[in-house]
This record gives sequence, structure tokens and C-alpha cells, in this order.
Amino acid sequence: MSIRTTLRAAATGLGLLLVAVWPAQAIVEVQRVVSDQGIEAWLAEDHTLPIISLQFAFRGGSAQDPQERQGLANMVSGLLDEGAGELDSFAFQSRLQDLAIDLRFSASLDSFSGSLRTISDNREDAYELLHLALTQPRFDDEPVERIRSQILTGLRFDAQDANKVASEAWFEAAFPDHPYRKRVQGTAESVQAITAADLRDFAATRLNREDLVVGVAGDITPDELKQVLDRVFGGLPQSSPLAKVPDASPDFTGRTVAVEMDIPQTVAVFGHGGIPRDDPDFYAAYILNYILGGGGFSSRLMEEVREERGLAYSVYSYLYTLDHAALMIGGVATQRARFETSMEVIREEWRKMAAAGPTEGELADAKTYLTGAFPLRFSSTPAIAGILLSMQLDELPIDHLETRNAQVEAVTIDDVKRVAQRLLQPQNLLVVVVGKAAEEAAKDAAGTAAGGGSASN
Amino acid sequence: MPFPAFPTGTVPRAASALLLTLAVATAAPAAARAEAAVLDQVFDAHEFTLDNGLQVVVIPDHRAPVVTQMVWYKVGAADEPPGKSGIAHLFEHLMFKGTEEIPPGEFSKIVARNGGSDNAFTAADYTAYFQNIAADRLDLVMRMEADRMANTRLDEQTVLTERDVVMEERLSRVANEPSALLGERVDLALWTVHPYRNPVIGWEHELATLSRDDAIAFYRQWYAPNNAVLIVAGDATVEQVRQLAQQHYGSIPRGPDFNRERVRDLPPPADSRVVMQHPRVSQASWSRQYVAPSYALGEPGEAYALQVLSEILGSGSTSRLYQELVVKGRVAVAAGSFYRATAVDFGTFGFYGTPAADRTPEDVEAAIDAEVERLLTDGVTAEEVELAKQRLKAGLVYARDSSQSAARTIGAALATGSTLDDVQAWPRRIAEVTPEQVMQVARKVLRGSQSATGVLLPQAPAAAAGGTVPPATAAGDRAG
Repeated sequence: MSIRTTLRAAATGLGLLLVAVWPAQAIVEVQRVVSDQGIEAWLAEDHTLPIISLQFAFRGGSAQDPQERQGLANMVSGLLDEGAGELDSFAFQSRLQDLAIDLRFSASLDSFSGSLRTISDNREDAYELLHLALTQPRFDDEPVERIRSQILTGLRFDAQDANKVASEAWFEAAFPDHPYRKRVQGTAESVQAITAADLRDFAATRLNREDLVVGVAGDITPDELKQVLDRVFGGLPQSSPLAKVPDASPDFTGRTVAVEMDIPQTVAVFGHGGIPRDDPDFYAAYILNYILGGGGFSSRLMEEVREERGLAYSVYSYLYTLDHAALMIGGVATQRARFETSMEVIREEWRKMAAAGPTEGELADAKTYLTGAFPLRFSSTPAIAGILLSMQLDELPIDHLETRNAQVEAVTIDDVKRVAQRLLQPQNLLVVVVGKAAEEAAKDAAGTAAGGGSASN
Repeated sequence: MPFPAFPTGTVPRAASALLLTLAVATAAPAAARAEAAVLDQVFDAHEFTLDNGLQVVVIPDHRAPVVTQMVWYKVGAADEPPGKSGIAHLFEHLMFKGTEEIPPGEFSKIVARNGGSDNAFTAADYTAYFQNIAADRLDLVMRMEADRMANTRLDEQTVLTERDVVMEERLSRVANEPSALLGERVDLALWTVHPYRNPVIGWEHELATLSRDDAIAFYRQWYAPNNAVLIVAGDATVEQVRQLAQQHYGSIPRGPDFNRERVRDLPPPADSRVVMQHPRVSQASWSRQYVAPSYALGEPGEAYALQVLSEILGSGSTSRLYQELVVKGRVAVAAGSFYRATAVDFGTFGFYGTPAADRTPEDVEAAIDAEVERLLTDGVTAEEVELAKQRLKAGLVYARDSSQSAARTIGAALATGSTLDDVQAWPRRIAEVTPEQVMQVARKVLRGSQSATGVLLPQAPAAAAGGTVPPATAAGDRAG
């Protein structure tokens, strides 16, 4: 009679229904394509729309930048589409815009990546432009200086952004002696120091076939893709010049770091160790994080800090899994006067979850969300190509899309409790506080580490 | 995309953690891109209207078994009663607080338990709610969305707690961000008497007084099927949606006829200037906005001619402004133009520039003024116009690649007075633009002197010891 009963029924009877909705076969079929020259790509073929997305990455990112040239990978990413072969910057950019070809590059701590999107009619031009960008970038003086000044300007903007400042301070404190301390965008000094020779050397050695990973989606057949792979990437050097980045084992000891900034709202970033992607308990940790602070309005942090107390607009946690370090990071922004209370509530939730884990109901809800929402990620051609790329960077098997939901389903309450005890260490959270009277705020935040629970340093 | 779906000033209910922590610099408004050659219609979209006035659009896309439902209400911050700024956005948050059937705080949790994600956002001219979910859950989310269209319940404490949340949201978005503080002052200067002068999130002192009664009055006044647009995009058929829409929304009674007539007589033209020095600014910036025609307001074709104009002047790295200011003149490290056509009342045309390290915002302004002068004196060439039109239309098919963004584009258009036919006709109307039209509308807007310029500067060292309130000056001192 009322919709309440039906809604409730829908809300509780779900696990089974969803298994029926998302059967074991994948949302997209993934094919392994290997070119004549031996270049591999994973492909999700779909001819519904005349669109092709080709995404690729070279392993080894900004963490491999020379100490005195931090920001090198990032600067190269800004310059590969600023002139190549016979085409100067204006000619290259004009071709892209006239043909509606999106070509962009970016750098992160662990990789240097690129993304090409084209309509099928213009694909030959698109592949040629990408090939030129990768193999014959010009690094002419004008674009080099222009992009350099844009990066330096970006650094000045970042310096006034409390969230950015908090995040950078956190990484510096967490990785005092490890390459992950490096800033992807570099520093004013290091960006000034980068020379055209540095840029050329990067392009000539770091863009190589050994470090290459490729994901493709859309209007292209495996046979066509084979030829494209050889044509675009075949001219790159065979082997990688990189030494391996060491695994980091940061020591989290409950330190707090204060950064003074005259802002009305205090911003905090907190975190400690997380879980490696290949750990058998990865999905247990993934579910744990969803319940604690990753699940938006379904998370405990959001419920306690925002919904119950109105202390903040935003409070969250996430697992950040780098190639050589695993982290669990959270954040909150709140008025200075409410900051101590907010941190107390957050630590209390950390403690409660470490001690008792989630309830059976929370576990069931997390599973239905995480399995049901998985297909929502496949929302466009570039999104699908990006997923195929990430799978390879994470070294997941090619049938991952078919088995992923079953791995989530297989997690038991004991798994989550075990991983909660292992991961969550409220007394060890490294907390960075950015705001007014930050020193005092940091002390207050540190005080909450000992109060209320059994744990202390 | 033809109709820029997300004008700046849209305030979502929740920001993603990723955005907050790894925030990259906000990009300039995404350029509109599209193309006519392959398609005669921008979208595969179908519409009908229920007897109670609810307009329904279906955008079938069967590539994945997922669906997006959006409900757009034709009400936004510009429809708020005087003194109640922020009520449209606060009420959007309150729409998640329950009905007789759904307990407080359960709406999003039920969606999540069904494997879906949901959110909402408020802008000056509209408020929208959406869910992305498995296609076989469409029935559930349509039932829930229809339920809260008519049956939202609020208690006093819920309203006060959520008001605290929004106050914190205002601190995050505005008070902590000097560029947003300046933006509020620029909007005040530009819109003077029009409600676009108010920030969507509300002025702090007004937000602090909003009550349960205000929320309920706003709900009763604006939320009704005949003031809403339902959009379903994804793995659903027109017939299926027609049946479900009738079943869930069909019984909600039609509301009164709605009146969004706002003041359209702005005071006599003036060029205002707002200069803000702020201790937390380490990089100066400059921008200017002009009152402009929109899809809804102006002579036929003007909104399309302005898109062509913006493409020529300031869209991307091959545009006039980027080439002259950034590449050749090295006055700026970034420069361009933007145009927002999707509005119930006026559109906005504007320029922005970030000065190079050894240059000032005044240098940027002088260089942009020189380019505007060159435009108005020498005009645009037929070749430039053809190229701009070709570029605008070149990637039209991308608009079909994401059914979520298709729903947003169409929703924003229909909520601001455009029709589905208008959206579909976009490539043809762009194709019809002539060089004469471009120059006519350029003179109208850029010579019209209805503008506001914003300059953001680092605090001068001597003044740094002053109070904590950032000084700003605003004046309409170059009256035209």
C-alpha cells in the first residue's frame, strides 16, 4: 500500500537481485591485442559511435625526476603537443582543433600518461599527430618558456590554496627521504633549472616500449589496432633507462604538523599506512574504507561529523595506493572553533572501527553499493579506455572485470575486522593542520589522539 | 557540447574527496565543440508531457545496462525572495531529509544500497537532482524522486543542522578562496538590481537567518510537476519511461502557473571596477564580464554569433587573445574569453587573463582592450568565421558519448526556456552565423559598456599590517 514497504523490501533484498543484474560476465569484453612488433594493448571494441579513445602510460613518473629537476615529467607533458616534426606549436594545435582531436599528456608520481580521442573520420590524422608528438617533439624556445611560465604561475596559485598546501605538507612529512616527497609540478627553483636538453633527453629515453602500457576503446577492430600500435609506438626505443624506485615504509607516529595561514576555515589532512593493491585483503580494506569515510553520505565520518553535528561540509577518507607505498588518507575542513571537536569525532570513529569493525548490515550495504555501482564507471569511451589502462598499471589480470565483483562479494565480516585492526591506528595518524593559530590547533588535534581511548603513543 | 551545461556558480551538494585534495586549477569554461556533417540531430532524444505538466525527455543509450534520472526544477537562486539569499541551495540539501515514506537521511543510503550514486546542484536559474543506477532500478528511483517532489518533510533541528553545514560549505568555497570573494563583488557590480547579483550559496548574514518556515514556503511555491523537467538517459526505452513516469509522477497535482518574471531593466550602462587586495593572494589575475544576450533574451541568432565570436577571440591556444597576449606579447601566461548563453535572463560574455611574472593586471587589461579595439575597427574575416564554425561543430558526436552529460546539457537548456528543438538545431544555427552578425553583436556587447572588471592583487607589503577584512573598492566611475 505505501511505498515504504516496497522501498524497504528493495533496500534489504538486494544482494541477490544485484547478482542477477550483474552476471559474472563483464560489462565490456576485453581483448588482448599484440602488434607485429610485439606491442601489447587491451581493447574494448564498440562500434556504436564513431569515436576512438586510445590511452597509454609510461611507467615511472615524477618520482623519477632528478632531485634538482623536479617537475621535469610534468613540463614535458605540457610541451609534447606544442610542436612536433614539421609542425610548429601553432600548426600542431590548429590541426588538433580543426579536426576535433583531443590529445593531452600528464604526469603523476608513478607514470607519464597520454590520452587521444578522435572521431573515426579523422583517425589517420590523429594517429599521425600522436606519433609525431611522441617521436619528434620540437621543444622550441617560445613554447618552452611559455609553458615554464605557466607552470610557475600555477605554483603561485597553489601556494594560496589551503587544500593544496595541506596535501603537500602531508607528503613532505610522510616521505622525508623518499622520491614520493617530490612535487609533480616541481618547485620554482627546479622548474627554472630545467633546460631544453633535459626535456629532449626525457622524451628520447623515458618514452620507451618497455615502460609502455596501452588501453583502447571504441570504433576500432583488433586488426586495425595492431597497425596503429606499430605506427604510433613502433619508433620508440626498446628499453627503459630507469632504476626502480625503492619501496617506502613511512613511519607514522602520530605527529602533527602546523602550517599557519590566515583563513577563516581550518583545513586538515590526516593519514597513515594503507594497503598494497596486490594484498589478499585489498578488497576487505576497500570495503572498510567505504564504510568509514569513502562512501559519501553512507559513511560513518559523514554521518557523525556532517549529518549529526553539522561540523563540516566535507569529511572523507580514501585509500591511496602508489606503486611503492600504500596510504590511507582523510580530510576535513571546519571553523577553527569546531576543529578540535571534529578531530575528536574522527579519531573516535577510527578507534571504534579498529576495535569492533563494521556491522553485518554495513558490510552488506557496502557490497551492494560497490558491486552495483561498478558498471557506472563505464560512462564514456574515454572512461572505458582509462579503466583498461589502470588495470594494466595495477597489474591486474585481463579478466579482472569479470571477477572483480565476486572478489568484493567474497569478503567476510571477519576479513574486514581483521583488516580494520591491522590498518586503523588513530594514535598514529599524521595530521597536517592549515589555518589560523595552526600551532594551537595542532596541539588540540594531538590531544585528541590520547583522549577518550585506550591507545596513545 | 552545444549548450554549456555547467555555468560557473553551480553549487553541488557534495564535492568529491579527490577534487578537494588533489584540486587542480579550475579550468576556464569548457569550450563548446560540435559538428554537423555526421549528424542532423545533436542527441537521440524524445519528449512528451504528462497531464499535470511534467515535461519528460528520454535519451536512449543501450551500450551499458545503466541509467541516469535527473529532475530539474525551474527555480534557482535568482528566484529567491528578497533577503532570503541561499534558500534555493539550502532547500536542495533539505530535499534529502526525508518524507513520510523515507526516513531522514535515508534517501542517498537507499540509492547506495541499490548500487547507485546520487547528488544534486543549484545554480542561479535551476536546481537539479540526479541518480546514476542499474537500469532495473529505474522504477525505484523514479518512485523516490516523485515522492520527494510532493512529500518532503522537515523538522526544525534538521534545518538548523543543515544550515550549519551550508555555512561551512560557504567558508570552504568562498571565504577561504580570495578569487571567489572577488567574484561575489564583481557579480554585485555587474548585475546591480538583477537577482544574478546574489551568490547561489547566499550571503552569510542572510544564510544565518534562514528558517524551516522559509524552506517550506519555498518548497510550496516552486516544487510542482508543471515547473519541472524529468530526464531519463541510458538503458531505457521511451515507452518504458512513459509508463513509469505516469505511474510515479502522474498523480502529483499540477501546481499554479509559475512566474519567473524578474527585473530586466538594468540601470543605465556603466563600466564598474572592483579591485581586491588580499593577503593570501600570491598571483594577480584579471577578468571582465559584460551583460550579453542569451538563448532566452536578445535578437534571433545573437547567442550563436557570440559563440562564434568567443571561438575566434579567446577559445584555445590558437585564438586571437592567446596568440597576441601569451605567445607574441608575453604580457600574460593565460588569456581567453568565455560566453554563457544558457540563462533565463541575461547571458554573460567575458575575458580573463593572468599576467606574466613581470607584468601587471593593467598590462593585461590594456592588451585586451587593444584586441577589442582591433576587432571593432577591423572586424573578423569570412575565413575566421568559417574556421570557427567548423571547429565548433567538429566534435559534435562526442556529445552522445556520455548519457550523463547529455542529460545535463538538455536539462540546463529546458530549465532556462529553450526547447529540445533548440538544442537539436544547434549545429544548423551555428552554420547560419555570418561575419556581419558576429560584428553586430560584438559591437552591441563590447560597446554597450555594461561591464564589471575584477582585479585580484597580492596585499601590498605596507598594508599587510591592516585589518583582517580584505579591502575592496567598487565604483561605477566610468559611466557611459
